[in-house]
Amino acid sequence: MSMNNQGRPTAAGEAGSASAHRTFTGNKALQIEEALIFEFGRPEVTGVDIPEPKKVKSRLGKLDRKEPIGLPGLAEPEAMRHYVRLSSKNFGIDTGLFPLGSCTMKHNARLNEKMARLPGFGDIHPLQPVSTVQGALQLIDTLAHYLKELTGMPAVAMSPKAGAHGELAGMMAIKAALEAKGQGHRKVVLVPESAHGTNPATAALIGFEVKAVPAQADGTVHVADVKAALTPDVAAIMLTNPNTCGIFEKEIVEIAKAIHDNGSYFYCDGANFNAIVGKARPGDLGVDAMHINLHKTFSTPHGGGGPGAGPVVLSERLAAFVPYPFVRLGKGYSLVEEGGKLEKGEQPFGRMSAFHGQMGMFTRALAYMLSHGADGMKQASEDAVLNANYIRASLSDLMSLPFGDQPCMHEALFDDEWLKNTGVATLDFAKAMIDEGYHPMTMYFPLVVHGAMLIEPTESESRASLDLFIATLRDLAMSAKRGEVDRFKGAPYHAPRRRLDETRAARTPILRWTKPEPYAEAAE
Amino acid sequence: MRYLPLTSDDRTDMLAKIGVAAVDDLFANVPKGKLLKGPVDLPKAKGELEVERLMGAIAAENISASEVPFFVGAGAYKHHVPATVDHLIQRSEFLTSYTPYQPEIAQGTLQYLFEFQTQVAMLTGMEVANASMYDGSTGAAEAVLMAHRVTKRRKAVLAGNLHPHYRETIDTVSRMASDTILSLAPNPVDAGADLKAVAAAIDAETSCVVIQTPDVFGNLHDLTAIAKKAQEAGALLIAVVTEAVSLGAVTSPGEMGADIVVAEGQSIGVGLNFGGPYVGLFAAKQKYLRQMPGRLCGETVDAEGKRGFVLTLSTREQHIRREKATSNICTNSGLMCLAFTIHMSLLGEAGLRKLAAVNHANACDLADRLADVDDVEVLNRTFFNEFAIRVPGDAAKVVEKMAKKGVLAGVPASRLWPKDKALADVILVANTEVNTDDDRAAFVAALGASI
Repeated sequence: MSMNNQGRPTAAGEAGSASAHRTFTGNKALQIEEALIFEFGRPEVTGVDIPEPKKVKSRLGKLDRKEPIGLPGLAEPEAMRHYVRLSSKNFGIDTGLFPLGSCTMKHNARLNEKMARLPGFGDIHPLQPVSTVQGALQLIDTLAHYLKELTGMPAVAMSPKAGAHGELAGMMAIKAALEAKGQGHRKVVLVPESAHGTNPATAALIGFEVKAVPAQADGTVHVADVKAALTPDVAAIMLTNPNTCGIFEKEIVEIAKAIHDNGSYFYCDGANFNAIVGKARPGDLGVDAMHINLHKTFSTPHGGGGPGAGPVVLSERLAAFVPYPFVRLGKGYSLVEEGGKLEKGEQPFGRMSAFHGQMGMFTRALAYMLSHGADGMKQASEDAVLNANYIRASLSDLMSLPFGDQPCMHEALFDDEWLKNTGVATLDFAKAMIDEGYHPMTMYFPLVVHGAMLIEPTESESRASLDLFIATLRDLAMSAKRGEVDRFKGAPYHAPRRRLDETRAARTPILRWTKPEPYAEAAE
Repeated sequence: MRYLPLTSDDRTDMLAKIGVAAVDDLFANVPKGKLLKGPVDLPKAKGELEVERLMGAIAAENISASEVPFFVGAGAYKHHVPATVDHLIQRSEFLTSYTPYQPEIAQGTLQYLFEFQTQVAMLTGMEVANASMYDGSTGAAEAVLMAHRVTKRRKAVLAGNLHPHYRETIDTVSRMASDTILSLAPNPVDAGADLKAVAAAIDAETSCVVIQTPDVFGNLHDLTAIAKKAQEAGALLIAVVTEAVSLGAVTSPGEMGADIVVAEGQSIGVGLNFGGPYVGLFAAKQKYLRQMPGRLCGETVDAEGKRGFVLTLSTREQHIRREKATSNICTNSGLMCLAFTIHMSLLGEAGLRKLAAVNHANACDLADRLADVDDVEVLNRTFFNEFAIRVPGDAAKVVEKMAKKGVLAGVPASRLWPKDKALADVILVANTEVNTDDDRAAFVAALGASI
């Protein structure tokens, strides 16, 4: 073995198998096991220095909290280390390709974070005098203008807090419009079988009855099927476009016309808007309401599952029903809240939440839009679609496409037909991707495709990144076809955890930490 | 464009591989005439510096809470957030991850959700908590729907001193779902009367009563009696807390018998953000677990027997149950939950109690100072860090005048109850740890000069 002058080995030495070397701590170098805060924090410790309170006469009545709460505290270095270690057990967009279909995991620019943290945006209160937040209202109004221009729609409700909340706002606007016309008897909402689960859940939440519409062999909804389902009690259709199979609904204009001729409304799920920004406008296609996931299309961070933001754009037929509050530009900006002066025709249907919506997401989305500009947003959509088709074309000889070899939009959908008789299921294939350093694609969705694998690369991936991803998937696919089942069934082998027992979690739910019983008592 | 890695050569090669001549061939399904020919009518791409200049100029049009003596509350509060919190939530692996549907590579998110749920349960004095809601107000609306499912009744009674935005949020979804809501009138002066009115309104149709404490005027309520009364009538008590720091000083709703507790968690770890994003805390008794909305994280083991965490009981949720789901919600407030749990871990019980004590002491100090101002009356007998004052004349004008003198004094009640003339002279005033003696002196001086 080669040594340096002090006798320190400088070559790699004899390599042993990593698995044979168990560690004392259970840690694996950078991968460190981390206890729960309740197991090492102490209630008397604090990581925040707070001055002593003044001595005053209490005004708490007799309601001062007497019993111990039990909350553990951590000194600052302990807290820093705890959360940094936890973070190292997570996969994010910044870690690697994150092809989660229907979720648009695109790059989250840090400029957007910086803008949201300007004190003029991040440190203002929703109920300050309106005269002191003119810039905030201008920002909301500017973002509203961008959204209206990109969708070709005349109005937008900005306050919904997530995609599903935007759906709810859109469907409430439809319900309010129907009631205003004396058409409250319309109770049926048509929802294709391929739709996101939120669509039927939203419709049912406000008293609509859901009726399924089939998708045809080419993956789209046909106008003939819609027409067959149209009865006088149909309130609306909820259609995703581009749809969840990654295909643009080619009969969408005819569907919209049929819906309108029936006196019904057209709700479009905008989850897949990233495919068509600057390419086609929902307003030109006959859509009456569409929510926009700012956290998908306009790159506000997904944050491990929120917060999102779901403004909903509305057609002329629904514009009057925009809920409170909304911004108006006259002599300066004003905010129209309950009891505020309404203009002719305005009939807000109510309020979606306290205050004015997800301002922190508005600033980030606008920073994204200003950065891209009209030209960049169009290019981004084209690249997103190009990347998805490149993946589709590069894998279609090995993996099966449920709707034939046709161009897709910004996501490529495969089924599990090609895995038949290999002993490998979609889930196993996904878990093996984890070992290769990728986040799995969306799987088992849409429900209409067996063993679905929905791959959305987004525009953020380079050619080299796509090529390596394709090569990896090809290697995995060939491996599955060769019957190398072990590589899949036990996967992931290299993640911070092996496969987790979800059945056990649901059967005996443990949803919080509880203090372990002292040994003597537990033994009784 | 700095966010787009493909070169024009890449694009050409890739189109060739796909087997089409131009990118628009991939958009062939778009109906004839509907594919846009040129870019939409919006400005062109900008560099980082230009965006910063533009947005910086807009931000400068606003007066931020840290610039001036600041007393605005009514459901959102100015607190100090430790630097550690904002640093940690910006770690890539937290910021840019998705809902933890692949638990093997999302243990970071899942473990903090499990810790968050435990902290929320402890703080509210309840048995179980979910992984958060959008905010307090939407959480309150979901709580009412949950109570309807539990009791199979569809009428809610809302206390008059519930935050009007919460009332409107509940009312909107209830109206749309054809449920009945009975909203009582606000009563800033005799807060006890509000609870008596709630008790009197409970009938055999009532699924729940919704009571806020501290209420929107800042009054504290002992919920023990009303909890018992509601439960005897087969209804649930939903307690609403809009100032989470109060739970470090005031008896928790769980200890007073609440069935469901919803709270706005913004005060702990989350900035003002002009109203969002915030984080809704949602906790309940164990027996109602299966009717709870939102995500839940649970403990389990992996294939090697190591402890790990997963999202669980998803059979309640929309992606499985579709139109039969307990709620249409498919997200939580992930990153704000993280901010909350980090700040709470830093505080610990000792820090939280001290923070709450400082808030209370500062508010008491301001109330004492106001006792010496002629024609101004503090309406509360009890409060935590916020109270209502009565001023001579139009409160909104007084607040506006004080703003011109560089003091953001609070929320005129007319902003929340524009049609209630009896409240036109009332201001809600909040006082937290950020307010100094100088701030309170400035408040008193500006108020004296504005009435």
